Amino acid sequence: MKPFELKNRHHGLKEQLIHFCLISAATVSILTTFGVLFSILFEAIEFFQMRSFWYFITGTEWSPGVENSKFGAVPIFAGTFMITFIAMAVAVPIGLGSAIFLSEYASDFLRDKLKPLLEILAGIPTVVYGFFAAITVAPAIVNFFASFGVHASFNSALASGAVMGIMIIPVISSLSDDVIRAVPDSQRKASLALGMTQGETITSIVIPSALPGIISASILGLSKALGETMIVVMAAGLRPNLSWNPLEDMTTVTVRIVDALVGDNEFNSPDTLSAFALGLVLFVVTLILNIISISLIHKFKEKYKVNTL
Amino acid sequence: MSKQADSQLSNPFYDTSLNKRHLKAKVFKSFTITSIIFSISFLLFFLGDMIYKGLPAFQQSYIQIEVNYSEKTIASTRKAIDKKYRKVVSRAWLRDIPKRVKANPELLGTKQITWVLLNHQVDQYLKGHYYKVKDKDLNLIKTMQAQDKVELHFNQIFFSHGDSKIPENSGFKSAVVGSVLTLLVTMIVAFPLGVMTAVYLEEFAEDNRWTQLVEVNINNLAAIPSILFGLLGLAVFISLFGMPRSSPLVGGLTLALMTLPIIIVSSRAALRSVPDSIRQAGYGLGLTKVQVVQDHVLPLAFPGIMTGSIIGLSQAMGETAPLIIIGMIAFIPDTPTSIFESATVMPAQLFTWAGMPERAYVERTAAGIMLLISVLISLNTFAIYLRKRFEVKW
Repeated sequence: MKPFELKNRHHGLKEQLIHFCLISAATVSILTTFGVLFSILFEAIEFFQMRSFWYFITGTEWSPGVENSKFGAVPIFAGTFMITFIAMAVAVPIGLGSAIFLSEYASDFLRDKLKPLLEILAGIPTVVYGFFAAITVAPAIVNFFASFGVHASFNSALASGAVMGIMIIPVISSLSDDVIRAVPDSQRKASLALGMTQGETITSIVIPSALPGIISASILGLSKALGETMIVVMAAGLRPNLSWNPLEDMTTVTVRIVDALVGDNEFNSPDTLSAFALGLVLFVVTLILNIISISLIHKFKEKYKVNTL
Repeated sequence: MSKQADSQLSNPFYDTSLNKRHLKAKVFKSFTITSIIFSISFLLFFLGDMIYKGLPAFQQSYIQIEVNYSEKTIASTRKAIDKKYRKVVSRAWLRDIPKRVKANPELLGTKQITWVLLNHQVDQYLKGHYYKVKDKDLNLIKTMQAQDKVELHFNQIFFSHGDSKIPENSGFKSAVVGSVLTLLVTMIVAFPLGVMTAVYLEEFAEDNRWTQLVEVNINNLAAIPSILFGLLGLAVFISLFGMPRSSPLVGGLTLALMTLPIIIVSSRAALRSVPDSIRQAGYGLGLTKVQVVQDHVLPLAFPGIMTGSIIGLSQAMGETAPLIIIGMIAFIPDTPTSIFESATVMPAQLFTWAGMPERAYVERTAAGIMLLISVLISLNTFAIYLRKRFEVKW
């Protein structure tokens, strides 16, 4: 029996080692999240020691790079809100419509062909969308509105918002499609048996059932839009602009982060550190949105007992 | 009134609002069809637009003139060609004359009639785009064209050169090499970490506070905007650890942390799809847990893990925002040879070119996009193929 015992002890040691390695790997994922949080938090705190937190949240003037620079982020939040709103106005109806078509109307053959095509949209790098927005879409918008005698900026919020919306379509359609398909077929059959048309079944039975999942998908799209950088860096403006007109240029949180860090400023100047303050806002907002989105999907899963989502 | 409508009215069960309801259903259906058509046609329009804008970049115009190779012209390369051509020929081509003589010493002291690269303004004129060329030079080009001494050749420079401030001399090579180095670092870090985390969570961890914490963290990690990873890279890798700025090392590490959740999630799904009977059989034969996982579960889950990793890789390949934050948009003309040197990656190179004022960079950007997207699409197709090929119904 002795050799076996020896072997087993050897195994025990090796297994412990492997176990330890696996746990350390899992720890890295935790460390990363806290790493992101703390690296942003510490620099942001340094920024707020130099500049007032309340002015940052409520001030309306953002003028870095000058003497007595001011950091009031309201126009930046407003621009972010406007571009995100335009993006969602494009992405939600089209993404949801596509998802409904794929899951309810399309034949399996058509679905197999169309879904990968939609997913190509999701695989296009955002820098490419940015180039497309700046080179093709923005001039087209300027020309279109000029023909009505309306002036539009080459860095209009509309151009970057619309292209960003197209980028988000597959995010919304893919998850919505999964959720809609997860709604039990018995519900559709019951509705049809009661004499409802197919359209009515979809609008009054299937979609309300899938609503938590659909909202969750939209929130996911929303947080994508808030954090999206390349499209706005390339196609939106740099000027903080408090306006309701989507044809004017506006700036966003991510644009200002990039702008603050690409220049030659010293690392510990308020100009550079303002990027981390904005990053902190972005982190907190997307985290909240993410938590809401996950808990909605969780509710949907519990209600219909699906495990595939 | 038609016969059909008549019979409907005489039917006591017929509801007159039915037509309206059917119409509504039809309108709704056409809405969904319109949205999918819009999405697909946008994709086609976009791809078409990029091909239309990018194709010209694969050709470059040359002119056939006499070049004088002598000691004098090596010292002052402008004098190698006749005065009247100086405004139309590429400065970069002339600048490289000493290099050419060094490679081919027998050229020295001869006069050769060769194809010489034209500058980007003339090139744009020949391709029918907007150009800024003086009338005198334009007439010269037109007469040379009449003599068949101006031609469009395949643009080798695009594939053999790095970035340049002279548009006709700029290429994509250093960005491609930079991308390869960066993604190498990314995969070396993210793949083992991701797979190990997935194995731990799926096979070893008990359901307790700690694993729940890891789970929540992975979900959060997946939802953090990519630009914030750039802030992390800047604050931790560059400021704290002092790693070289704009290097593939920092870029790769930053992208690795971003790719990690994708690999973890897909690896877990792959591990979960391996049926429990395999594990039970292993234990029944007296294997330890590690042996079961290592010899049976992991190999069976491997195709699924590969699929997820390829998708993660292709996402990392297109990511730009965090790399801009850590300085990978510097002007890099030379091809990097190690992960510690300054480098640029494909999307960052596209970003740099997109910001250039010269028209010639637009077609180069679009051509680079064509290359990048074809690599991404083939990676994704390969991932789908792997999934289909090794899909096992247990």
